[in-house]
Amino acid sequence: MVRKILERTYVYLIILFLYAPILILIALSFNRSKSRAKWGGFTLHWYRELFKNQDIMNALSTTLIIALLSALIATLIGTAASLAINSMKKTPRLIMMGITNIPMLNADIVTGISLMLLFVALKFTLGFTSVLLSHITFNIPYVILSVMPKLKQLNPNTFEAALDLGASKLYAFFKVILPDIFPGILSGFFLAFTMSLDDFVITHFTKGPDINTLSTKIYTEVRKGIKPEIYALSTIMFITVLLLLIFVNRKSAEKKAPATRL
Amino acid sequence: MKINKNLNKSETINEGGLRLSQSPSIKWLSFPYIIWMIGFIVLPLIVIVYYGLTGKENNFTLENIALITDSKNWKSLLLALRLSVISTLICLLLAYPLALILRKSKMNSSSFIVLIIILPMWMNFLLRTIAWQNILEKTGILNNILRFLHLPTLDIINTPAAIIIGMVYNFLPFMVLPIFNVLIKIDQNVINAARDLGANSFQTFLKIILPLSIPGVISGITMVFVPSLTTFVISTILGGSKVLLIGNVIEQQFRLGNWNAGSGLSLVLMVFVLLSMAIISKYDKESEGNSLW
Repeated sequence: MVRKILERTYVYLIILFLYAPILILIALSFNRSKSRAKWGGFTLHWYRELFKNQDIMNALSTTLIIALLSALIATLIGTAASLAINSMKKTPRLIMMGITNIPMLNADIVTGISLMLLFVALKFTLGFTSVLLSHITFNIPYVILSVMPKLKQLNPNTFEAALDLGASKLYAFFKVILPDIFPGILSGFFLAFTMSLDDFVITHFTKGPDINTLSTKIYTEVRKGIKPEIYALSTIMFITVLLLLIFVNRKSAEKKAPATRL
Repeated sequence: MKINKNLNKSETINEGGLRLSQSPSIKWLSFPYIIWMIGFIVLPLIVIVYYGLTGKENNFTLENIALITDSKNWKSLLLALRLSVISTLICLLLAYPLALILRKSKMNSSSFIVLIIILPMWMNFLLRTIAWQNILEKTGILNNILRFLHLPTLDIINTPAAIIIGMVYNFLPFMVLPIFNVLIKIDQNVINAARDLGANSFQTFLKIILPLSIPGVISGITMVFVPSLTTFVISTILGGSKVLLIGNVIEQQFRLGNWNAGSGLSLVLMVFVLLSMAIISKYDKESEGNSLW
């Protein structure tokens, strides 16, 4: 009994540790005072200001477009690659997975710098496209690592059965394999989108002077003080995703009772 | 033993695998990715090695790498090593018990990943680190609580201690996840067998759970150590301008336009990254990188 309470407390303390900064940022978005250090009373002022701030809105749309495009392209390339890797013999498969691990294990700063040097060496102007290409590069591994486990769980017999029953390979793929690995593809996409959204270091080195994502915009403001509108925007994004996830969880819990315990 | 046998069995099922796999056409599906890997993973690494080993007139030189022995750079490397080792240890000490508890609670692993990794990322990483200024500064939340409890206040903002807290905060999930992933794969029957044969819970932990969880621990250590060692953002935000890590030095070199020098110092960092990769691949043969996620 005592042990159980201790364990519970430990888990809640860690969750508090991970979420305390997020609660602070949400509180700051309602802070009347412009300074981060003082509480000046409750206001919704920054939420109204947010939509008038063209700079932030531009950074937001750049961020979202890059996240969406890079996640989509990474999902396509990554899923196709997973199908092929899964059917490779052991040695080529190990080589492919080894190289796939490089962007995940390598230091962000080295990945960012090396991509920037490549773009410069190829006389490629740094800007939207270079950031997009870089994001696709670090996103593909996340897709592959989400799809591969699903492919390994596949029962090969169902595919064979479909072929025996006269389905073409392509038709059997779409009807039999794709539905089974789809959850992996979806979570790979979602993960890639999130990683792209949260990236700072690689974007910082590959973006050039003309564009800003939310991350790089925030970085330029670290020293002079963050604009409170940014807290408001982050709060909106965070709450939206939180609600979305609760909704999805509910839906899937309804489908397959017993519900997952949290 | 039994576990090994099972693994082998599933391996053979896969090896014989989909008939899909016997058609040569499926190999073409990896083509875009192979080209992408060569162009954007392998080639950039070659370029950075080239920059690191050449001088301003494209002549071969080891000067850029030798810059690490410069006393300011050397100090920043040592400090980064010290802080990242400390934060990796703290992460391990915090994460292992958490993963054990979560394993017991039979928590669904995908909802757990969402809760601790994905959801926080929707609040920007820089902002979350900036929020720690609010907690740690002189008149911050932590000191207000301490004052309320009539305890002595702490002065940790802009010190290495603040940077360690920032590192632990940012990278703790990457320690929890791989450990949790190996722990939930341990067959409950193996643990029950140990108990049946008379092992107490401590012995079971020491002889069964701990050895089986080593690959996860190794992945976790790498996933925390490398980003802590190479960060420049956390030290910028929580260390003021007083504390310089090797990441800050490299970033500075690039801001000043000294690309060769910056690349040379990056190559020094890569030695540590490569070392970690080597260790990972030694322990991670079975799962082929899956224990990372």
